[in-house]
Amino acid sequence: MRAQKPTPGDTNGGAEPPEAPEGTRAVLDGSEINRALTRIAHEVLERTKGGHRVTLLGIPSRGVPLAARLAERIERVENLAVPHGSLDITMYRDDLRTAPPRALGRTEIPAGGLDDRVVVLIDDVLFSGRTVRAALDALNDLGRPRAVQLAVLVDRGHRELPIRADYVGKNLPTSLRESVTVRLAETDGHDSVLLGPARPQRRTGAEGEES
Amino acid sequence: MRHLLSTGDLTRDEAVLILDTAAELAQVGDRSVKKLPTLRGRTVVNLFYEDSTRTRTSFEIAAKRLSADVVNFSAKGSSVSKGESLKDTALTLQAMGADGVVIRHGASGAAHRLAGWVDGSVLNAGDGTHEHPTQALLDAYTVRTRLGRLEGLRVAIVGDILHSRVARSNVLLLTTLGAHVTLVAPPTLLPVSVHTWPCEVSYDLDAVLPKTDVVMMLRVQAERMHASFFPSVREYSRGYGMDGARLDRMPRDAIVMHPGPMVRGMEISAEVADSPRCTVVEQVANGVSLRMAVLYLLLGGS
Repeated sequence: MRAQKPTPGDTNGGAEPPEAPEGTRAVLDGSEINRALTRIAHEVLERTKGGHRVTLLGIPSRGVPLAARLAERIERVENLAVPHGSLDITMYRDDLRTAPPRALGRTEIPAGGLDDRVVVLIDDVLFSGRTVRAALDALNDLGRPRAVQLAVLVDRGHRELPIRADYVGKNLPTSLRESVTVRLAETDGHDSVLLGPARPQRRTGAEGEES
Repeated sequence: MRHLLSTGDLTRDEAVLILDTAAELAQVGDRSVKKLPTLRGRTVVNLFYEDSTRTRTSFEIAAKRLSADVVNFSAKGSSVSKGESLKDTALTLQAMGADGVVIRHGASGAAHRLAGWVDGSVLNAGDGTHEHPTQALLDAYTVRTRLGRLEGLRVAIVGDILHSRVARSNVLLLTTLGAHVTLVAPPTLLPVSVHTWPCEVSYDLDAVLPKTDVVMMLRVQAERMHASFFPSVREYSRGYGMDGARLDRMPRDAIVMHPGPMVRGMEISAEVADSPRCTVVEQVANGVSLRMAVLYLLLGGS
C-alpha cells in the first residue's frame, strides 16, 4: 500500500504526518517548504531593496496561502507590512475553450492598487508558463505596476513560453509523464510536494497542479 | 448547461455556481478597464421581439464586458415586420454564425422552440407570460448580497402573478435555493395552475408581511390585460400596493424588490420606492454581473 513512508519532521504546518498516496513520492516535506519560503522572503527583500513598494499577489488556489505566508515572513524579518492579495486568472486562460467552463477563483487587490508597485506573482508550480502569461494579461487590466516578478515553490521545467521565475523554492527536473502536486496546510491539511504519474486529461493547470 | 430557458432546469449547484460567478465578476465593474477577454471572437445576438431597455442594455453591456461581439436585432425595422417567421430569422442568424442568442418574445415557449433550431446557446430573456430566468437569478443574487443567505428566507411575491414571467422563474429558483415563497394577489390575477407551483398562496398582503424577509412587487401588466381583473387602480393599490405603513409592518431588515419598470402609486408608493430598503437600482446593477456570469458559463467553455 504505502509507496513512501513519511519522513520524520514532516509535521511542520500540518496536523499529522502526511502520507504520500499510492504511486507518488514526497519530494519536499513541510520543513523544507518552510525553509524555501523563508529563503524566498529574504531574496525578495534583497532584490527589491527592502521591499517598500512590494505587493504580493497569489494565483489561486495554492498561490494565495503562499503569498500570505511570504508576507508574514517578510513582516517577521523586516517588520514591514507587505500588502498581499490574490489574482484569479481563469478569465484570461488560453485553454478555456478546451474544457467546460471553470469556476472562478477570488481576486483581491490590496487597497492602494497596483500602480507603481513592485508586484510579485506567487504560484505553487511553474510548468508551461501559460498561467503566468494569463496573470500578466490580467495585471495589465488592473493597473500599471512598476515591475512584475515571479516567485514559485517548484519549477518543474517544460516551459512553452519565454517566461522564467525570479524566485524558486526548488528546481525539480521532471518528465512530462509525471505530475507535481503541492499540498498546503491551508487548503489540504498539511504541507508537502508530491511527484507522481501524470493524471490523464489534466495536463495543464488543473487545480493545485502544474501551471 | 447549454441553454438557459427556465430556472426550473437549474440544479441547486448550478444556480449557486451562477451566483458565485456573478459575485466575482461584479468586481470588473469597479476596475479602470471594465473588460475581460474571455469571449473574444464570440458573437452574441440580442433578438428582441418585445420592447425592452433594461434587459437588452444589460445583456449588451454584459456581453461587451466579456469582449463578445454583440448584434442587436429588434423586430421593429427588421424583416420580421415584413412577415418573416421566428424559425427563418433563427436560421438566418445561425448562418451568420451566432454563438449565443438572447431572445425576448411575446409567445410563451419561444425560447424553447428556438433552442431546437439553432446550434448556439439560447438565453431566454423573457417569453410571454412564461419565464424570465436571468431576472430571477439577479433577484436571488441581490437577496443573497443584501441578507447574506437564501436558505430559509421567507419571500412574498405580490401583484400580477397571472401575467408575470418573473414570478414563475422566481418561484422555481428560490425554491431550489431553499427559500419559502408565498404568492400574494387578488384571485383574478393568479394563474389557474398555481396550486401545482411549489409555493403557498395568499390573498391577504397585510397578513403575510409581518412574516416576510423579502417582498417582490410586480407591475400590473396592463398591456397584456384584455379583460377587467380588478375594479380600479385605487382599489388595487389599497389591497396590494406597497406603502410606508406596510413597510413598517415588515421585519426591520426586510427588503422590497421590484423587477422594474415601477409604476409609482400603483403597486409601490414613491415613499417605499425611494427608501434605502428598496433594492430596485441595486437589482439593475447586479443584472449586468449576473448576465456576465451566465454568458461566461454558457459560452466560455468548450
